[in-house]
Amino acid sequence: MKPKRHVGPALVMAAALGVVFAPHRAAAQAPAPERGKQVYDKWCTPCHGAGEGKPGTISAVALYKGSKPAVLAERADLTGAGIKTAVRSGMYIMPRFRKTEVSDAELDAIIAYLTRTPSPLR
Amino acid sequence: MPLPSGVTQRDFSQALAQFASVVGKEWVFSSDEDVDLYRDAYSPFWHEEEERIPSAAVAPDRVEQVQQIVRIAGKYKIPLWTISTGKNLGYGGSAPNQTGSVVLDLKRMNRILEVNEKNHSALVEPGVSYFDLYRHIQEKGLKLWIDPPDPGWGSLIGNALERGGGYTPMRDHFDAHCGMEVVLANGDVVRTGMGALPNARTWQQYKYGFGPYVDGIFSQSNLGIVTKMGFWLYPEPEAYFSGTVMVPKHDDIHALVEGLAYLLNSGIVQGTTSVLNTIDFGPPDPELARVRVGSSTTDLERYVAQKGLGYWTVDLPFYGPSKVIAAQWEHAKEKLSTIPGVQFRDGASYRFPMSPAELAKIPNPVPLGVPSLTTFAIGGPFSQGHMWFSPIIPMTGDAVVEATKVFEQVYKDLGSPAGALPGLPIWSFFARAFVIIYFFPVEHDVEKNRRNRDIFRRLVKVAAEHGWGEYRTHTAFMDDIAFAYSYGNRALWRLHETLKDALDPNGILAPGKNGVWPKRLRKANV
Repeated sequence: MKPKRHVGPALVMAAALGVVFAPHRAAAQAPAPERGKQVYDKWCTPCHGAGEGKPGTISAVALYKGSKPAVLAERADLTGAGIKTAVRSGMYIMPRFRKTEVSDAELDAIIAYLTRTPSPLR
Repeated sequence: MPLPSGVTQRDFSQALAQFASVVGKEWVFSSDEDVDLYRDAYSPFWHEEEERIPSAAVAPDRVEQVQQIVRIAGKYKIPLWTISTGKNLGYGGSAPNQTGSVVLDLKRMNRILEVNEKNHSALVEPGVSYFDLYRHIQEKGLKLWIDPPDPGWGSLIGNALERGGGYTPMRDHFDAHCGMEVVLANGDVVRTGMGALPNARTWQQYKYGFGPYVDGIFSQSNLGIVTKMGFWLYPEPEAYFSGTVMVPKHDDIHALVEGLAYLLNSGIVQGTTSVLNTIDFGPPDPELARVRVGSSTTDLERYVAQKGLGYWTVDLPFYGPSKVIAAQWEHAKEKLSTIPGVQFRDGASYRFPMSPAELAKIPNPVPLGVPSLTTFAIGGPFSQGHMWFSPIIPMTGDAVVEATKVFEQVYKDLGSPAGALPGLPIWSFFARAFVIIYFFPVEHDVEKNRRNRDIFRRLVKVAAEHGWGEYRTHTAFMDDIAFAYSYGNRALWRLHETLKDALDPNGILAPGKNGVWPKRLRKANV
């Protein structure tokens, strides 16, 4: 079965169910790449952000030895295909992310955010 | 992708079509590309046929859909492997125990239904992660703490059902729950405790309700699907303080653990501690690397004395009002000062609330109730995964010494697990007993994984011979560990099977979870 690309569930559904708070639904309506940043901050920053104790950033320091920024959001050479592969196939300790976690639309938004700056490296 | 065992392609296709009519086509995943996302990212069976692979996944949004799904699964005898956030990494991740199972992915059920600041409790759905609840509490400015385990992206419900642990006074996560909603294999929805009372007013305030207390049978089990769960939260404390205790001799472990048990069991220390020996867990030092090889206990004691360290070190965490903490630390020092040569050092000290900028400076904020993913750095920058050997041992110095000796003998016989970290970290995640959390690397290397699995199985066997059993395990070892709990001709296992047959006669819920198989899949030789 070929999966259909889906968008995040409507906020109205959460409201109809009397929901106090539904985190997965919160960032559904903002435009990319702003929405991409919201999704990125939720799912990616805990590992790939700046500061202490971020395993993805620690790995990037060891892997690139200063030749590229270790904080993912500071990179100018990321490509949509590369980001998709990392998110859907995993890399080192990073597991795959399911579509119930990061939907295809949200992944596109992350890509829009991480590739927001035009770059000759890309 | 493989079909479920004993299910025809025709029935499987019909079941998937009916699942789609319940949840919508976009929430039934059956393409290879989509189903691959449910494979265990840290599988100890990489590139091997034994890897357990699902046939499909279905992701409901609410409890009524879960009811419909189990009824369809019952009709076609489709096994359902339930996941909450699917982040049970090191224990099977989002993959089933039986190849061909359909993963019931509850991630979309991610509603925080209630947070009660006065009663310090919450009611959540399975897809709510520790990060989600933490962010919610921060956004609302509530004076509440959650108790995250090391990885913060896991589910409160999933972790509690697996009987996971954290660091604060609410560290025993199953113990901290209060009330469940469970979908049974026949589609009935049961609310436990006070939730059985229509219009219940105290579902998250009083655990037991009336009559037999059944919550326990839904933990580490395949007897129902938990769709809501209440949790007690911790009132934001005024302060946190960590005091370090170091004792100079190997044999001081006995008095140290006796003192620690007193402090924990009397509630003076309420957070998780670990007992570490400096030889394995001390600060990096090339001299230590030399001393460690072939040295006697006396040599090692001399080394730690020269360095001003302890042979054994324990950090005592304190939570609460500053004045109370100061008195507790003084009392702890008084109790432990009977150990000759003991040293005490003041450690980290924080007052709350802390600003995000202050928290960002702390490498691992998990003991402060702040979820993090720092733990994933444990295997080094190029780690490909891990699993855990985690036996429960008595909270005594004798047990620490004996377990260390016994497990080291296994490594001498079989070799250490490839890529393993040194030493046995010994934790107090739970009351009254220690748990050893031993790191086993998982690699994309068939031979290394096979060898590590052999070592793991030997450890399980040897532990059982000494009266120690694991508290939780990877799906790969569930049968091995269930087999070890064999008192009375497997009386407990047979009870689990009796419950399974009564509550799930079609055997559709998580076959093989923690060694409990439905009748039709039960192995004759165990």
